[in-house]
Amino acid sequence: MKTITKKSSVNVNQDRDWKLLLNKYATPILLVLLIAVNAIFTPNFANVNTMWNILIQMTTILLTALGMTLVIASGGIDISVGSVMAISSIVTAKSLGFGVVPAVILGLLISAVCGVFIGFIIARFKIQPIIVTLPMMIGIRGIAQVINDSQLLNFNEPAFSFLGTYKFGGSVPIQVFIMIIVSASVYFIANKMSFGRYVQAMGDNYKASRLTGINTFMVTISIYMISATLAGFAGIIETARLSAADANAIGKLMELDAIAAVAVGGTPMNGGRPNVIGTIFGVLIIQIITVAVNMNNIPYTYSLVLKAIVIILALWARRDK
Amino acid sequence: MDERILLHMKNISKNFPGVKALKGVDLEVKKGEVHALMGENGAGKSTLIKVLTGVHVEDSGEIYFEGKQIFTNTTLQAQKCGISTIYQELDLIPELSICENVFLGREIMKNGMIDWRATEEKAKAILLDMGIKVDVKGVLSQQSTAIQQMVSIARAISINARLVVMDEPTSSLDEKEVKVLFNVIKKLKAQDISVIFISHRLDEIFEICDAITILKDGERVGYSAIKDITKLQLVSMMIGRDASKIVSRKKSYSKDKMSNENIIETRNIVREPKVRGIDIEVKKGEVLGLAGLLGAGRTELARLIFGADAPQSGDIYINGKKVKLNLPKDAIKAGLGFCPEDRKVEGIIPHMSVKENITLAMLPRLTKMGVVSKKEQEKIVNKYIEALKIKTPHMNQAVRNLSGGNQQKVILARWLCMNPELLILDEPTRGIDVGAKTEILDLIEKLAEDNISVLMVSSEIEELMHACDRIAVIRDGKKAGELYAEEIGEEAIMNSIAEGGK
Repeated sequence: MKTITKKSSVNVNQDRDWKLLLNKYATPILLVLLIAVNAIFTPNFANVNTMWNILIQMTTILLTALGMTLVIASGGIDISVGSVMAISSIVTAKSLGFGVVPAVILGLLISAVCGVFIGFIIARFKIQPIIVTLPMMIGIRGIAQVINDSQLLNFNEPAFSFLGTYKFGGSVPIQVFIMIIVSASVYFIANKMSFGRYVQAMGDNYKASRLTGINTFMVTISIYMISATLAGFAGIIETARLSAADANAIGKLMELDAIAAVAVGGTPMNGGRPNVIGTIFGVLIIQIITVAVNMNNIPYTYSLVLKAIVIILALWARRDK
Repeated sequence: MDERILLHMKNISKNFPGVKALKGVDLEVKKGEVHALMGENGAGKSTLIKVLTGVHVEDSGEIYFEGKQIFTNTTLQAQKCGISTIYQELDLIPELSICENVFLGREIMKNGMIDWRATEEKAKAILLDMGIKVDVKGVLSQQSTAIQQMVSIARAISINARLVVMDEPTSSLDEKEVKVLFNVIKKLKAQDISVIFISHRLDEIFEICDAITILKDGERVGYSAIKDITKLQLVSMMIGRDASKIVSRKKSYSKDKMSNENIIETRNIVREPKVRGIDIEVKKGEVLGLAGLLGAGRTELARLIFGADAPQSGDIYINGKKVKLNLPKDAIKAGLGFCPEDRKVEGIIPHMSVKENITLAMLPRLTKMGVVSKKEQEKIVNKYIEALKIKTPHMNQAVRNLSGGNQQKVILARWLCMNPELLILDEPTRGIDVGAKTEILDLIEKLAEDNISVLMVSSEIEELMHACDRIAVIRDGKKAGELYAEEIGEEAIMNSIAEGGK
């Protein structure tokens, strides 16, 4: 009798260890599985060009998702990032006449202003972030559309298009370097700087953070400013790549991809430790699904269902308890 | 059995994992009686009420209501028996109208539709009966807390409640509103409806109640008609201390030797409803205790001094200079530290490590160009883990996995590493085991030797007597008395808590 109970308790432990491991590494495991399956079944998937394509296309999601990682870690959410992409895109394209550098700075600036405004409202009036960013999502896109009368804005400005099309050594897209630099910066902010500690502390226990002397007001504003600026940067790169700005289309539903990537990447949705590496994996997963579905000629509508299933799978694997 | 007995809870026991919440408690309430249920936090009041109202199911014991044994295993069963509860957080729907709230779930129907006219008239009648004139079609959320409470009571009456349980109904009311509530309670009495009344305010108990049951550590330690008991007896029973056991520490200060340097002073500081004009000062190297019953305003005063809440009026002086503390960070800059009452809710950052929790307040000092110096950080953390004997496998352990006592030490370390001038400790030993408790009390003693002042809120008289040079007694938001080291004795403190003497 005694031995039986002992044995079963050991099994329980092993079971728990296994689950813990799955919980911790669910995202990379899923990513490897996804790559393996596609390498075998999707024609031309295991191909350098496909890789470059995936990397170019994931840039916008990654930049917004990195900002979103900080926002979600702080216990908030920002669904206006897609619209911020649109406004920075159209503002930059519209002001290319002043020169490339001023135009890009203007685009980033207007994004930062959006973020500061959102952060201010949230911090000052203690309104739930989703309630604040929902009208911002609608309103900012509205302004973006008004700027060019909802028309597609084409331009021919090689110096600007360089930002989205240049390839180092003829093959490595500039986006790869942008992603590396931004990812490393956000990782550094989240893990090495005191700011990252404050973000996490506020997401984990807001009241205690305030009583510990953290300037919750300024930190909140900074978080949303970083998020919006990164989204705006994503919009600028996308605009440069397309040599056109379309405020109706650019960044649409981007917030959902970004949030999904952060969730899949393992940053706790109710606030806590920002998992920057996890977010990168999450973005890769979402982008590979999109690309693979295209390459297999599966209709777009099915790809959405597939995406949903994979996201649920990832969240299930790393759920609490 | 006495015919006048409405409710008889017999020998009720209830265990929670690791805690015996109720150990064979009796409670008898007569018809038309207002019965006070008293006891310190954790004495078992709430558990007893929850057993009665069907939120918890008792492990053993019997409940008799109007002479018949009843089983209240769900809240619905309790309601059907005629037991209604007015909770601290009202269980009404704020966006519905008053009359809708009164009849929620029991709408008056006519031809399959709600009969609005009857609903309005009946709600109006019930409220008028209670002496409340109010537009019953108005939205509830626009009414004061007091009126909302009356609606809650009206709802109870409309269910034909025989017994209404009021859990701290006055805690969010001002004086005028309390009077209205008491009038309603008197009307209930006149209708032979009984009330169980829970409050921490002694004056109220003596004003409105007929009988009293006192709980302590899950047992009934007293039962009496209100006219046969004095406030002092009541407080002694609630706190239940044996004065001979207390060994007080070597006091460094007495009335004559007291330093004249005030680290902090408050002048007529007000934040209604809990703080109603308090003057206190903490001197250099002094341990000042704040005594008083729960809800007297001690925590609220501590929070005002730390800038966690803003005062409505009054001044705060730090080292003789008038200051305005808008946020905790201002107080921290001025050399203050604060260990809050509820460690889990306001103290620890649960998923962060011991290391990060200890250094959270001092990060600005460890940071160059926004980057945290890991080396210095770990040096400090190691120093305090050792100094305070924090039991943790390593400094990267998540703080939520530590015991309560060790979590408290982590928060103490968070402030000690800032070299504070004044440490505010709100119930520093609540919910931690005896060993850690002694260590923390020893630490407070050592702080005073190092000339760090301490302002300590505690509900444990024994602890205050052990640690403090001076004790200020807070009662109903005002300072009721002050005792110096040589005068500190249990009797004196209790007298002050009960009567506001001295």
